[in-house]
Order: sequence, then structure tokens, then C-alpha cells
Amino acid sequence: MVGLSVVLGLGLGYAALKFKVEGDPLVARIDAILPQTQCGQCGYPGCKPYATAIASGEADINQCPPGGDAGARALADLMGVEYKPLNAENGAEKPKAVAFIDEATCIGCTLCIQACPVDAILGAAKHMHTIIADECTGCELCLAPCPVDCITMEPIGETPDNWKWKHPVIPIKAVGMTLH
Amino acid sequence: MNAFVNIANLLKSAKEFFPFHGGVHPPENKAQSTQLPIAQLPMPERLILPLRQHVGNMPKVRVNVGEQVLKGQLLAEADGNVSAAIHAPTSGVISAIEDSIIPHPSGLPDRCMILTPDNHDAWIEKSATDWRNTERAELVKKLRTSGIVGLGGATFPTHIKLNAQGKSGVHTLVINAAECEPYITCDDMLMRERADEIIKGIAIAQHLLGATRVLIGIEDNKPEAAASMRAAIIDGMEVKTVPTLYPSGDARRLIYLLLGLEIPSDKRSTDVGIQVFNVATVLALHRYFDFGEPSLSRIVSMTGDVTQPQNFEILFGTPVGDLVKAAGGAKPSVNRYIMGGPMMGFDLPAFNRENMAVPLTKAANCIIAASPALFAEPPPAMPCIRCARCADACPVSLQPQELYWFAKGNEFEKAREYKLFDCIECGACSYVCPSNIPLVQYYRFGKSEIIALDRAKEAADIARERNDFKLERIEREKTERAERNAAKGLAAKEAAAKKEVTVLNTIDAAPSDVAAEANLAVAPAIEDKKAAIAAAIERAKALKAAQSDAPKNVAEVTSAVEAEIKAIDARREAAAEKVAAIGGTEPAITKLADVAPQITTQSDIDAEAKQAKIAAAIAKAKAAKQAANQQSESALNMDKATKVDDEKAVEAIAETAIKVSAPVVSQVSSVEQEQHDKQMKIAAAIERAKAAKAAKLAADS
Repeated sequence: MVGLSVVLGLGLGYAALKFKVEGDPLVARIDAILPQTQCGQCGYPGCKPYATAIASGEADINQCPPGGDAGARALADLMGVEYKPLNAENGAEKPKAVAFIDEATCIGCTLCIQACPVDAILGAAKHMHTIIADECTGCELCLAPCPVDCITMEPIGETPDNWKWKHPVIPIKAVGMTLH
Repeated sequence: MNAFVNIANLLKSAKEFFPFHGGVHPPENKAQSTQLPIAQLPMPERLILPLRQHVGNMPKVRVNVGEQVLKGQLLAEADGNVSAAIHAPTSGVISAIEDSIIPHPSGLPDRCMILTPDNHDAWIEKSATDWRNTERAELVKKLRTSGIVGLGGATFPTHIKLNAQGKSGVHTLVINAAECEPYITCDDMLMRERADEIIKGIAIAQHLLGATRVLIGIEDNKPEAAASMRAAIIDGMEVKTVPTLYPSGDARRLIYLLLGLEIPSDKRSTDVGIQVFNVATVLALHRYFDFGEPSLSRIVSMTGDVTQPQNFEILFGTPVGDLVKAAGGAKPSVNRYIMGGPMMGFDLPAFNRENMAVPLTKAANCIIAASPALFAEPPPAMPCIRCARCADACPVSLQPQELYWFAKGNEFEKAREYKLFDCIECGACSYVCPSNIPLVQYYRFGKSEIIALDRAKEAADIARERNDFKLERIEREKTERAERNAAKGLAAKEAAAKKEVTVLNTIDAAPSDVAAEANLAVAPAIEDKKAAIAAAIERAKALKAAQSDAPKNVAEVTSAVEAEIKAIDARREAAAEKVAAIGGTEPAITKLADVAPQITTQSDIDAEAKQAKIAAAIAKAKAAKQAANQQSESALNMDKATKVDDEKAVEAIAETAIKVSAPVVSQVSSVEQEQHDKQMKIAAAIERAKAAKAAKLAADS
């Protein structure tokens, strides 16, 4: 009996070291659902801090407008809580947009570069800046610091590249008109 | 064991064909368009060449608007591996590069090159390739600039499919001549009329792949084509007829039909040593290597409700309207044009019965002028009764009814698990559904939703990575700065101690003066930076003003304004002198004691003056804004007001800069001062931005 307990104890001890889980897996799973916009609309300084707050029960699941309704549902599902519609205090869900710098107005102050959470703005002091559109998450954090208001948010338009087939709709009745 | 395998193989090879699961046999409707031989189209007035004509990256445009081009000249070159070039289908002028409606189910416009033909049809210098005596790798590299893509409809760049690179081990080349979809007859007519050219193309593909066996699969509803091909084949090639059953033209279905081999869903046919090409594609290979002609044209079936259905050889970019006209025009009942067949095709956007501007591209194998008489409006969809007829018809052996439920219920992960992406969208399930459910539309919807979700996930992962990196970098910079400061602090302390000794030795100065001196050393640097920022802002503003209404400003420079500018310049010079004087004092500490009190008093006076000026500037800016709102004053006056206001603001900043440069006796007050300055500057900047915007608004109106 003692031998068995020693063996099992050693085995468990070994397993604890060998299969040690780094970090909090729940935070990582919540973080995987969040859209990684890093906009801070939830009241936390980024997606990871918000994920940590949800995991520790500090924050609610409905504070992420970019994640939208689907995000809130996924979080509710993961956390095993009741789904709640988005909290209006945190803002509304908007179509995805990317920032655009009016290069003629830009004075090269670098304030937006410092504000960008994903280093998606390229430029140097006293030289005009530009957005790397592919990397921009549309967080709008660069809008406020700009002293000359030269940054605007441009919604991402539909192109044949990102166009999606629509959910089939059965027409009720089509009289005297062509269907598209 | 081997013996058994051999016997099994023998039995297999003895069999004529291997029927696949499912499939349907809709009315063929192929006879209409095979009555007349392939015809040439008259030269269109303009050719619209979309950059998106193939699977993969958009090619890079290599011509400019207004450029004269020759037939076969490269217009856009392949960008990246999965991409294809586009060449000028005839000689002419590139009249525009603009967004235009492309043949795509979205109906959205996309980038197109517009070529206006000059009707000379003048070729570039063509050069044939001696492909039998050239390195294979070299040939494949050359093929990258040929613009040849799969002409069966999938438009996958051909150079990738031929890129053997040693590892391929392709032993069997399958030539897809099944053409299983109703109405389409372009491959049929091509085989009837140009079998010898196709065979030459097959020989090139066979050489490039190193395949030992060639199987040409033709459905048994095309006996003329099969006979024509049989007459043309050379050693090592075999024509096999397969029963007419849709979708036998799908590459994997045809491989199974001919060889009895099922390709695993996660593998490619090349993994089992088989490669498949369409007949039109190998013909393009022949034209390219034996004549030096890139991919410029294809055969299209124009059928349905037109006066005379027929196959035409069209130049890429030909508007659909020209094709319809060549076929005698559309009947009045035509209410849409379908590109592709009735099973897998889609309605062309921007319908115009007489004059469709949408161009024909490399993917266009068939255009059907559809009318309600030809394709009746589908009856309303009824609920699924789980009869599983779709599962019986599915050639990929999927569970269409399950996929339908998952796609309808937005359960995309489940749909993926049920192998939604193995669905070839052939439409056999929709065809047999007794409830008339548009099943394929649900699968397409599900697929595009999953693709969009995957893209969003990928973007989120990249954003997470970049954010993590930025946070890590900020942390690293912070520690580095702290270390540097610590080191500097130590050095400064030592230096200060040393200096104290020297100062005490040279003059009888108080310790507070030493502190002031330390401040002084930093002050010029800060002052320089601020002056530079102010100058940059001013420059930007000047530029903007010059851009918005340069002539007005020039006209406005009266003697009074000039005098004002001079006065400002004089003040600036004085300020610069002051700064220089302070800078000059640094090394000569003996003078400091005399200068410091004087400047301090000066700075107090400046502070008062500056505050008054800022207040005035703010008031002016407000007035300007009001003026802009009312729009009663002329834009000219507005500009003046803005300008004056700007000048005042600049003055304020210049004076602030001077003030910063003045030596401050205690360190605490210097910090306060700096914060105060910063606030003032921000306020000034905001006011200026507002004024500039108001001016711009007024100018625009």
C-alpha cells in the first residue's frame, strides 16, 4: 500500500512538472474569441486585459462592440452564462473600417504612431505618415491624438474578393419585375 | 498478396469504365449549338479585360493608359506563383484602366483594362519554342508568362499544374473532354474541328509531366468528337468513351470513371500520379510553344433563346452583347444571360438584352440566353422531408440534407465537419430535390461565411501578435531608458561634484546657481525641439493655405500685411538673439550671474503678454468660426482673419519658446512652466486646426 502510494505520488509529481500548463487557459480561450481590435471600448486597455477581467469575473461578456452580437454569444457559450445583448455604454457594433491619413494635412507629429496598438502606422517625425491598411484593426485610437484631425475611418467596401454569397431568400411573389 | 493485387488490377483494366456514386442526367440540349462550325466574331469596338480572370492573385498592370499595344503584348504580368498574365488580344490603344462590371456572381465592378482595337490585328514578334530540346524547368518558367489557365472553367493557372520539379512522378495524363453539363458544346466542336492541334498540345503536356500514359475521356453523347480524336491520336494515347452522366466532367469523377481511383479528399490527383487537363487548355499549350502565341482567345458556346445558337472563337474581353449579335440576336422573351451551364453557371450582372457590356473572360465556356420558357421559375421551396434523394444523387457521397440543415442554421463548424468543402457545387442535389430547395445556394452561403470567418480569425491572430510585440517593445524600451537614466544620473552626479569644485574655485557662486546651470544645459535642446515643431506646424499650414486658395493669398499681401510680417520677423530675430545670448553664456559661467535675473524678469513680462495674446487668438478663432457658420462674410475676409489669427498663435508659440529658454532658478518651477507651456501649445494647436477647418469649409462653400 505504501509502495503503491509512493509510486502514484511520484507519478503525479512528475506529471505536474511534465504537463505544466503555462498561463491561464481560460484567458487564452476568451482571448481567442475576442476580435483583437485592441480598441479599449470595453474599458480595459486591450483584448487580453478584458479577457483576464472576464475570466476573473470582473467584467461582463457584453462589453465588446467590435466582437458584435456573435462575439457576445460565443463568450456566453464559453463562460456558461446567459447571453446578454451588447452594453450600449461600450458603443455600438459598426461595419469594419480602416483608418486613412490625409497625407497633405499630416504634419508628421508621430502621435498616432504612438497610439496605434498594432504598429499599423508607418512614418517618421516631420515626415507624413500612412496606414498599413492590411494591419489596421479599425480601433480608432489614432483619431483622438491627431492635432490636425487628418485621420478618417474608411469603411471597407465590398469587392469581388471579399464578397459573400447571401443566405438564400425565397421570393414571396414576383410580379412584373425582374429578380436580381 | 501481390498476385491478388495484380489480378485485381487486371480485372480493373479489363473494365471499360468505373461508374461513380450518384449523378444525374438532365436533358442535354447540346444539338442546338452543334449545327454550325465554329465561327469567328467581327472585331469588337472595345475589349474589356478584367484583371481577375483566373484563380489566385491579381496580375500587375504593365501598361499605361494611352499606350499603343500589339497583339500578344504583355499587359499584366503574373504576381506571385498562383497568378496568370494577361496579353493584348489584338493591337490597339489602352484607352482606360478603370473599374467596370465583371462577369462575377457578385455583380460588383473590378479593375479592368480597356483596349480600343485599331483593326490592324498586328502581332508582336512571335517565336516558337523547341520544347523537345529545352529543359523542362525552363519551359515551365516560360509558361508563367503565357497567360494560359484551365479553360474548362476553373481557370487555375496551368504553369502550376505542370510544375513537376522532380517530385511529381505523374505517370498518367487524363485529358478531360467529357463536357458533361447541358447546353455546353465548345469542347465538342473544338475536338471535331481541331483534333490534330489538341493532340500536339497533349504531346507537350505529356512531355512536361513525363507521363507514360494518356487517357482522353469523352462522354458517349459526342460520337463525332470521339471519332475525330481517335483518328488523330498517336502512340501512348487512348480515347475512352464514358457514359453520359452529369457530373462526369469533374476531374475527380473522371479519374474514377477512367481508372477506378478515388482521390482522398485531402490529397491532390498528382499525389497518386495523375494530372488532368481540359482539351482547350492543351490546345493553348500547343499554340504557345509551337507558334509563340499567348492565351488570347477561346471557344464559347452561344446558345439558348438566340436566333442561331453556335460556337464562336472570341477574343478575351469581347462584350457579351457582340456575341449575342453574332448569334442573330436574343429573342424578346430573354430575361437573363447565364454564364456557364444551367447547373453550375450564374446569371451575368447588368442585364441588357441587346447590348450586354459585361466581357467574356478566360472562364467563359458558354453563354445561355435564358427565358422563362427555357428555364421555368422554380416553384417555391417546401420543407425538407428527409427523403435523402440528394444523398443518392451526390457524386461526392456527402450528406447534402445534413449540410443543408447546418448551413441554414449557421452551424458552420458542423458543416465543415461534414466536409462542406468537398462539395463541388454541381447542383445534382438541387436537381433531384422534390421540395425544390435551392441546396447549392445554401452550401455556397455556408462556404463563403466560413471563408470570411477564417479570414477574420487570421487577421485577429496577426493583430494579437502585433499587439503583443508592441507591448513587449514598450516594456523593453522603458527598462532600457531606466537603465540609461540611472547610468546618466550617476555620471551627472560625478560631473556636478567636479563642477562644484571648479565653480567654487573660480567664482564665489551659490549652489543654486549650479542647479540653474544644469537646467541651462538642457534648456537649449528642449527649445530647439519646440521651435522645430512650431516651424513644422507653420509650414504645414502654409502649404495647406497655398493649396486651398493660393491666388487669394497672393493678392492679399498688401503693404500693411508686409509690414506686419516684417515686424514678426524682427521679433523672431530678437528672440533668436536672446536665445543665442543665453546659449553663449553656458560656457562662460562668470556672465551667468548677471544675465539670469534680467532674463527672469523678462520672462515674467513675456508670460503676461503671451497669455493676453493667446486669449486674443482664441477670441479671433471663435469669431472666424462664427463667420464661417454664418457664411455672410466673403471667403476672402475669412482667409485674412484666419491668417492673422494664425500669426498671433505663432507669436504666442515663439514667445513661449523664448520663455522656456530663459534660465529658471529652481527646478520645480521649470517643470511647472513646461507643463503650462504644453497646455498652452495644445490649446493653440486646437484653435488653429479649428480655424483652418472653418476656412476650408468657407472656401469650399
